[in-house]
Amino acid sequence: MPFADPIVSAIVEKYRNNPTYVLQILREAQEKLDWISPETVETVASQLKIPRTRVQSVLHFYSFLYDKPRGRYRLLFADNITDRMAGNIALFEHMLSRLKLKRGEVSSDGLVSADLTSDTGMCDQGPAMLANNCAIPRLTMRRIDEICDLIKARAPLDEWPAELFRVEDNIRRRETLLTPVAPGVALDAAIARGRQGTLDEVKRSNVRGRGGAGFPMGTKWEGARNAPGAVRYIVCNADEGEPGTFKDRVLLNSFAVRVLEGMAIAGYATGATKGFVYLRGEYKHLQAKLQREIDDMRANGRLGTSIRGAAGFDFDIEIHMGAGGYVCGEGTAMIESLEGKPGRPRVRPPSMVHVGYLGKPTVVDNVESLAHATEIVVEGGARFAKRGTRFSTGTKLLSISGDCERPGVYEYQFGVTIGRVLEDCGAKAVSAVQIGGASGVLLTPDEFSRRIAFEDVPTAGALMIFGVDRDIFEVARNFAHFFAHESCGFCTPCRVGTTIQRNIMDKIAEGRGARYEVNELKRVVGFMRRTSHCGLGETAGNAVRDALDKFRPAFERRLHAKDFAPAIDLERALEPARRITARDDAEAHLETES
Amino acid sequence: MAETTFTIDEIPIPFTPGQTILEATKAAGIYIPHLCYHPEFKAHGGCKMCTVLVNGKPQTACTHKAAAGQEVEVDTPELNAMRRTLVQMLFIEGNHFCPSCEKSGECQLQALAYEYEMLTPHFVELYPHRNVDASHPDVLIEFNRCVLCELCVRASRDIDHKDVFAIAGRGRDAKLIVNSPTGKLGDSALAVTDRAVQVCPVGAIIVKRVGFETPIGERTYDKNPISAEADSCEVPEAR
Amino acid sequence: MTTPGQDKVKVRLATTSLAGCFGCHMSFLDIDERLFELAELAEFDRSPLTDIKHCGPCDIALIEGGVCNTDNVHVVRELRANAKILVAVGACAINGGLPALRNKLDVNDILTQVYRDPRTGEPCVPNSPELPLPLDMVYPVNEIVRVDYSLPGCPPSGDAIWKFLTDLILGRMPRLEYSLLNYD
Repeated sequence: MPFADPIVSAIVEKYRNNPTYVLQILREAQEKLDWISPETVETVASQLKIPRTRVQSVLHFYSFLYDKPRGRYRLLFADNITDRMAGNIALFEHMLSRLKLKRGEVSSDGLVSADLTSDTGMCDQGPAMLANNCAIPRLTMRRIDEICDLIKARAPLDEWPAELFRVEDNIRRRETLLTPVAPGVALDAAIARGRQGTLDEVKRSNVRGRGGAGFPMGTKWEGARNAPGAVRYIVCNADEGEPGTFKDRVLLNSFAVRVLEGMAIAGYATGATKGFVYLRGEYKHLQAKLQREIDDMRANGRLGTSIRGAAGFDFDIEIHMGAGGYVCGEGTAMIESLEGKPGRPRVRPPSMVHVGYLGKPTVVDNVESLAHATEIVVEGGARFAKRGTRFSTGTKLLSISGDCERPGVYEYQFGVTIGRVLEDCGAKAVSAVQIGGASGVLLTPDEFSRRIAFEDVPTAGALMIFGVDRDIFEVARNFAHFFAHESCGFCTPCRVGTTIQRNIMDKIAEGRGARYEVNELKRVVGFMRRTSHCGLGETAGNAVRDALDKFRPAFERRLHAKDFAPAIDLERALEPARRITARDDAEAHLETES
Repeated sequence: MAETTFTIDEIPIPFTPGQTILEATKAAGIYIPHLCYHPEFKAHGGCKMCTVLVNGKPQTACTHKAAAGQEVEVDTPELNAMRRTLVQMLFIEGNHFCPSCEKSGECQLQALAYEYEMLTPHFVELYPHRNVDASHPDVLIEFNRCVLCELCVRASRDIDHKDVFAIAGRGRDAKLIVNSPTGKLGDSALAVTDRAVQVCPVGAIIVKRVGFETPIGERTYDKNPISAEADSCEVPEAR
Repeated sequence: MTTPGQDKVKVRLATTSLAGCFGCHMSFLDIDERLFELAELAEFDRSPLTDIKHCGPCDIALIEGGVCNTDNVHVVRELRANAKILVAVGACAINGGLPALRNKLDVNDILTQVYRDPRTGEPCVPNSPELPLPLDMVYPVNEIVRVDYSLPGCPPSGDAIWKFLTDLILGRMPRLEYSLLNYD
């Protein structure tokens, strides 16, 4: 009789013993049991009738799943550059000292652990942290103390003051998308136009994907619609992992009607009857609210069968949670994750539109793109296309953070200049702006007359602002750490290249870099761009390359005068031997060559 | 006639629809380097050794389908330098100590390094802490030499139907794991006769009590470079 | 470097074995009678073959062995400072080699296991100031100083060393044909 933990067993049964739910099962098991033990792995594997290694490969891929006890309270501090600029490290260290912890270790009583994590989508209200995946933004010393007290009192998370978990929308500027739409209005508009009519309007609108790739949504929908077979899927990409991006968080929180009805409209136009919202693990605080919205829609005929009375218009939506993995924002990786596997990007071709989720045609669209569908069906594609520019129609949500007076979400028509945006958000004395997240571009003031648009400066919407006192080298280094942490590991150039890039940046940061390192960086960056398997590797070197090009002095002042410096800190390499022999004479030290 | 050819370095190569660039070039006797490819298994596309330029854009030849009129570049200085860099990255990522390795002279990673004249691994050695699993009576795994090609994973799953191997972990933490209650090979269903034992292109999966049988000078890649091997993905049989 | 024959100034060669087994030096001597030819073209500066203790300005330095302690660091720095061209010869110099197998172990664990008082069994690691302290790991030469060329092998054969050396001395790009390139 194979071992079966009853709690875990119940979770697996809840998911109908379906292996595509491995990730969901492990998430829930960890929530109840605080970690994924070997016994949990055995139970899940035997009940799902899959090899235990299949479960282990999921367990070890996602950042938020733990194969060792990490305490009842598992704390993760966001460590994006904007969190650093807001002072996250001092707060982190304060928490470590109050809880008597070392980074990444569990307290001796097994109660709590604390570590750093990638951007959590709270750049407008950082520094932020996650407590068992629940977001706590706007951290201050006082908040840290409050949290430590709650932990020491062993208060259950659902009894912590709600104020700690309050996430602001910070909507600063609206145009058309960030206006409420009455439930059902968009669905009715789509039905009135019919399936082909709906598709035609989306094509006419020329709307392009808002997640960064900018692919024409109408073309994507049509491709899926025309693909052979009866079954199709719609996936709403709510992974929003690109550092600096948080606009989808706002849409999901306050404009869920647009997002969810947009998904149904996509289903209507393509013939798909099932949709998934892939919600990043860091947005767990949105899960219950979104689920209630979905249940509500089902209850009043906006989801389910014969939606709004239209026979044949069937669509339903399921939420799938992520568990910490930036690469899962890549379309094919997301589909792998939905299938209960590690989020490793697939080989393309074939494209997802032909072979996607469970081998069926799948449309993966960003939250904002789907929301636009509710505008397009109501006003028509031609009217939509009048906004923005000829090649970038409609409006764009920008997530603005960093050194500015009013961080938050701003909606502009495409074509707005960067300078205008900086003025509106109260950014003064700007040294540089990182647009498009860690994988985007770094622009300097002489480029601020450029426009946000696919044909000029394309972006999924992240705008991180750095004032004149910021160290752009450290910005690039923060991103180098990010990519090394998030590489999926499938292909040689990215798996090894991101590590080499990070190590070189660290070497320079420690003052042990020489001109040699600058040349090596350029080589590795170019190499990853040419040979990587997916966009992560291709863009992993962008920030370092831009920083080298435009902020060379930030590197130069850290470099040795010589052309070469040893790979390691030789003094540090002698530390162990000095200790064991208790020697401190001249020969027990090695100077860096002058 | 012109409809069913594409060009490799300006030489027209015939292909049958559905073939990948690698398959078509192999059939035509032209060498494109590869490490994680094997004709018996579904193409992986992870090692990136078979990267070629297809109409100017880098693609992996093992996964990219041949198409009429495609212009493929294989033997260019940029691509050869790229291949050498890939091999260097693989060398520094693990602990590849050739002098004491049973696979030396029969190893595809080493042979590719010779092919692309790698004189030094160049990058800073990462010296990861990895172990040997010698728990199985007949087969040992030297994790220091694993290049994550997943040939053993595919073979065990698709040919042996045992699912002994999988890859777990993300990024540089990615590693080969064994399907057994203890994680040890000795507690798994692996048998020395499994296809998974034979397909390892490097010295990671080694048959015990067989080693250094062939004298230096008479091993497969002593005699010929990997590019000259008639069937260069026929992994030298584990004995 | 002057072209031999032009001024009849010989190329100055320095060699050393750091954390190496001297196998590469032995292999060097496998050039056998070609040693006479070499003697026409080159002179040795610091080398185990000459027993000259410190290096002066020289043209080519051949480094065998990786870098495992403070003495190795001083020697390789001296050779780098004095040599126009520095060549890492053999597996140990190029990737740490066999001594680098200790890299995943803690150096202090090794020292305390090996050096014990025979009577009490207590660790007593020698700490005389004359002894070079070991580094935490064994490092390839190119991680300590800039290396110009690498000649792999364990050891590289006499033929490979001869080809490489003559290429360098005659001002050609050193290149090994397939049969001479081996890592073992």
